[in-house]
Amino acid sequence: MLAAVVTSRLATLLFLALVIAVVPVLAPSSFYLRVASLVWIFALAALGLTILMGYAGQVSLGHAGFLGIGAYAVAVGPARLGLDPLLSFFLGAALCGLVAYAVGKPILRLKGYYLAIATLGFGLIVALVLHSEAAVTGGPDGIQVARITLFGWRISGATTWYWVTAGALMIGAALALNIAASPSGRTLRALHDSEVAATGVGVDVAARKLAAFVVSAVYAGVAGGLLALMNGFITPETASFMHSIELVAMVIIGGTGSVLGAVVGSAFLTVLPQALTILQEYEQAVLGLLIMVFMIFLPAGIVSSLKRFVLDRAP
Amino acid sequence: MTILEAENLGISFGGLRAVDGVSFAVAAGEVFSIIGPNGAGKTTLFNLVTGIYRAGRNGRIRIAGEDVTSLGPHLLVRRGMARTFQNLQIFFRMTALENVMVGCHLSEKTSFLADLFGWPTVARQNRATRERALALMERLGLAQYARAEAGSLPYGVLKRLEIARALATEPKVLLLDEPAAGCNAVETEVLDRLIADIAKSGVAVVLIEHDMKLVMKISDRVLVLTHGRRLAEGAPAVVRNDAGVISAYLGDAGATEANRAHG
Ligand SMILES: Nc1ncnc2c1ncn2[C@@H]1O[C@H](COP(=O)(O)OP(=O)(O)O)[C@@H](O)[C@H]1O
Ligand SMILES: [Mg+2]
Repeated sequence: MLAAVVTSRLATLLFLALVIAVVPVLAPSSFYLRVASLVWIFALAALGLTILMGYAGQVSLGHAGFLGIGAYAVAVGPARLGLDPLLSFFLGAALCGLVAYAVGKPILRLKGYYLAIATLGFGLIVALVLHSEAAVTGGPDGIQVARITLFGWRISGATTWYWVTAGALMIGAALALNIAASPSGRTLRALHDSEVAATGVGVDVAARKLAAFVVSAVYAGVAGGLLALMNGFITPETASFMHSIELVAMVIIGGTGSVLGAVVGSAFLTVLPQALTILQEYEQAVLGLLIMVFMIFLPAGIVSSLKRFVLDRAP
Repeated sequence: MTILEAENLGISFGGLRAVDGVSFAVAAGEVFSIIGPNGAGKTTLFNLVTGIYRAGRNGRIRIAGEDVTSLGPHLLVRRGMARTFQNLQIFFRMTALENVMVGCHLSEKTSFLADLFGWPTVARQNRATRERALALMERLGLAQYARAEAGSLPYGVLKRLEIARALATEPKVLLLDEPAAGCNAVETEVLDRLIADIAKSGVAVVLIEHDMKLVMKISDRVLVLTHGRRLAEGAPAVVRNDAGVISAYLGDAGATEANRAHG
């Protein structure tokens, strides 16, 4: 019974919905809602990586590059091309998918760590372009993002953005859970365990990895678009290498392959730095220490370790 | 009817000619065994046949008459070729049932997008696949392990699970690489009946095996390899008495002994 609940799709979604519903009740000010919205946005990006890393076992070290593409699409589209912000948002996500396809297609035929290296290079290039093409992107100083209106309704304010980002996260979580329990998800998890055996039952391993990579890039693109629209301002920092590493760290700290893990990992690396600012110059050191402590005691990640703990004791 | 034809397959690793101009053909319903000392090139021959290694310039592979020499491994599966591995290749973090369900994936009709959006066809497909996989596990006496994580199952069970997974692809030809290795007498007995049963259903079975009792009992024909070359081929009784085969296995002294015994 307990085991069934811990592993059920619906239970995961209900739990997430419950957390989303409770946070605004407990939040003492709109500042907390802003932080929570950031948690949902980065959780969405981490969810994409969960599909890529957790299901298919492939690492991307340049996912912030897709975050950047999605973010700059909603900034540059309306400002330079006169496009509708909402259209720009969807175009940005689609562009991420296309770019991932172009980058991944030649790379994912090769076995080994080529994707990690290729995405690393890709991320650096995106950051470089955003920095140096100042005429379009605004350069290192960043760029203003036009407010978005839906059916004449201006989307602004901490509360509104809280619900928009939470809704996006719920959709992202539902899709990620769909994949996990589907024929495609089975083949992804299979090739993660043994590419030889997956190929041996007819799985087109390269094509499956590519599909996972494209989907994960679209997740990051959507997250980037939301981030830019919510903040109303964006800098090339969004696409930085450190940010890519942070996304990977979120997945690992939360529990690779776990949907709730991506959310917990995002909360960990979004909330803790805010909370630790009171430590001033010790902030980074304490954050690093905490990450190490968690990885030593919960090596499978927070959610996966807890799940294992419950399942091992379930009758 | 001839299902699998392998012609003039060969490959070198550095200076070593691991497989050298080997040809064979297997008919539907036949059990064709490949034996030979360790390092003879048996597994390498499987890797050539299944497209993991490229068959040299003169090599040809046909399935049911169709030339499939240039196809990669996953496409050969679609043409009806399935295999198991000498070193277990199991999806260890999935359940035994899911392992077999992955084997069913070629018959699954949903697209990646349908899977992502949880289209109603996906649930139906999952049910159909689960039933098919369970039926197969039942047939192989694996039903009791269906829900267990594969990584936690004993070796002998995993060997059979690999066969179940391979059968799930509905092969015309099944290549088994030392399925009885590491199995106890009872498990080998079960395997013996299982292989005969698979062949009887019309599948061409190619078997690499060291257990000579098993090989001699269930094979229709036996191919003997040494140093990558064909040493002998024929019915079990013929091969067993071949002087060359005996010397390859027992050394020249053994051959002399055997000759004297046959007197
Ligand atoms: N990938 C490889 N690279 C180099 N040598 C190999 C490789 N695979 C097999 N060999 C060599 O080829 C020969 C045949 O190996 P193998 O086919 O595994 O033998 P068998 O299965 O008959 O025991 C051995 O000498 C082995 O060391
Ligand atoms: Mg071998």
